[in-house]
Amino acid sequence: MGMTMTQKILAAHTGMETVAEGQLVEARLDLVLGNDITAPVAIDEFEKIGAAAVFDRSKIALVPDHFAPNKDIKAASQCKRMREFARAMNIEHYFEVGEMGIEHALIPEKGLVLPGDAVIGADSHTCTYGAVGAFSTGVGSTDMAAGMASGTAWFKVPGAIRVTLTGEPRGWVSGKDVVLHLIGAIGVDGALYRSLEFTGAGIASLSMDERFTIANMAIEAGAKNGIFPVDDTTKAWAASVSGRSYTSYQPDDDAIYGSEVVIDMSSLEPTVAAPNLPSNTRAISEATGVRIDQSVIGSCTNGRIEDLRVAASIMRGHKVAKGVRCIVFPATQMIYLQAVREGLVEIFVEAGAAVSTPTCGPCLGGHSGVLAEGEVAVATTNRNFTGRMGHVGSKVYLASPAVAAAAAIAGELVDPSAIAAAPPRERFRQPGTNVQRRTE
Amino acid sequence: MSATTASGRVFKYGRDIDTDVIIPARYLNTAVHAELAEHCMEDLDASFASTVQPGDVIVALENFGCGSSREHAPIAIKASGVSCVIAASFARIFYRNAINIGLPILECPEAALAIESGDKVSVDFSTGIIVNDTKGSSYQAQTFPPFMQRLIDAGGLIEYTKRVLARNNAKDTER
Ligand code: SF4
Repeated sequence: MGMTMTQKILAAHTGMETVAEGQLVEARLDLVLGNDITAPVAIDEFEKIGAAAVFDRSKIALVPDHFAPNKDIKAASQCKRMREFARAMNIEHYFEVGEMGIEHALIPEKGLVLPGDAVIGADSHTCTYGAVGAFSTGVGSTDMAAGMASGTAWFKVPGAIRVTLTGEPRGWVSGKDVVLHLIGAIGVDGALYRSLEFTGAGIASLSMDERFTIANMAIEAGAKNGIFPVDDTTKAWAASVSGRSYTSYQPDDDAIYGSEVVIDMSSLEPTVAAPNLPSNTRAISEATGVRIDQSVIGSCTNGRIEDLRVAASIMRGHKVAKGVRCIVFPATQMIYLQAVREGLVEIFVEAGAAVSTPTCGPCLGGHSGVLAEGEVAVATTNRNFTGRMGHVGSKVYLASPAVAAAAAIAGELVDPSAIAAAPPRERFRQPGTNVQRRTE
Repeated sequence: MSATTASGRVFKYGRDIDTDVIIPARYLNTAVHAELAEHCMEDLDASFASTVQPGDVIVALENFGCGSSREHAPIAIKASGVSCVIAASFARIFYRNAINIGLPILECPEAALAIESGDKVSVDFSTGIIVNDTKGSSYQAQTFPPFMQRLIDAGGLIEYTKRVLARNNAKDTER
């Protein structure tokens, strides 16, 4: 019986020839990830196991990003707990404030995940790395603890939905609109317990940054993981971030898919998800005119360099509307630096936006941009649940960087083409890697 | 999950109950179980934390626990005294977290639909039978597959891992 791409990676990590949907397996892990919210809980559990050391100090990544730079004393103690554990266990990949970034942008940027890897992270958006053809999925802190001790995790082998992408996005339409459209079509539990396996000729037109955005939101459809095939774009990216060798897996021709969704990306409009579910999607033309109090551009979904380039190209020469707060938070230190060097930060600041150091802050209503009762935000993040960004009586519209930037200028949701004409998509790309490294 | 039965009064909720309402992110700067329990379900049902009694049961429709991977969600529910969550379906990370920390959960769409707030229900985890004592009806939920039952019998993933590591160490010394 044929296997999906996800099933092949799982089989390779269990030492079995084949695995089948529904089977419970224990798989070997290439990376175990945690952050300042989930790692402290995991460290408590790890101590209960009584292991003297972690399974491999080079295969654990700890990132203080949620409430860091420390939001308050409690957050400071959580970060401290993680930092001290990292030191005690000699963890190689611990990233302090000043070198860190939002974990799901940072981990790929540092070359810590490559095609064919099996990764768990105590954060639901760990599914982001499916963009590079890895199996990666979010788990809880107890799983993280057991993973750090044993280097393994239990999985129920998932079935899959095949998502065929055709055509090329047009105008201001980007990967974010594609994934919002997908979640709108199948629902927040449309892929529950299953993989979303992307395929189709349209993928070639998607940059790595766009694939990260799409895979990032697989969990928003309830999926265990989302995964992209490894193509030339992926290979060029992998070579730019790591010298480590890797394996690319392909689904078998007779792999079994429970269902199939086809999306013609050339037919999509800029799309938003209205409160309070990521599946509550509509074309921007049906949301135009919604007044906003805050526009948030950044996060692990859309805080990468291409996202900032898109936002800056719309905001250049404009001012943020009176009474609107616009907050830009680049996802990593390297992206931030690149944005400074390209003059994007200058554009944001001149427009009247606040530019923040990398942090999760506003995305989860943690700090640095929390909403008051009755306020409405447009955000390039991935969740708009009740109270997600602050008061339970606040509201969030999820959108692309283009839509969020246009809304910041207009003070209300508008089609970004009303503010600026879309240049060719290549304008925002950088071949090979998403961040140019300078050595000086 | 040592007890094989539970019974209590029902708190009934709808579908897609996400982890942000189970335990809002603003309280995630602590991992103290009792503090988490104080804010459990706060954004959905402000009176939950003050009225829930040990043994009470949460019943909800599809996709319970969707959203973030925060284990604080099942921990908050467990720490507030809830003996069991019955739902039409669970979000996958919530499902595995609950098993890993030993919060009993049962998937049963019929029970989830029929049971109402305030009903008194009794649950037998070994058989998967749910009885609505108020209405006199009963339902059959799925029981756990053997691997998960082993995890549960070991007392959760931590105890299970302890045993596996001990076994591996023993093998290493034999070599
Ligand atoms: S940016 Fe938001 S979604 Fe991403 S890891 Fe941080 S809190 Fe989670």
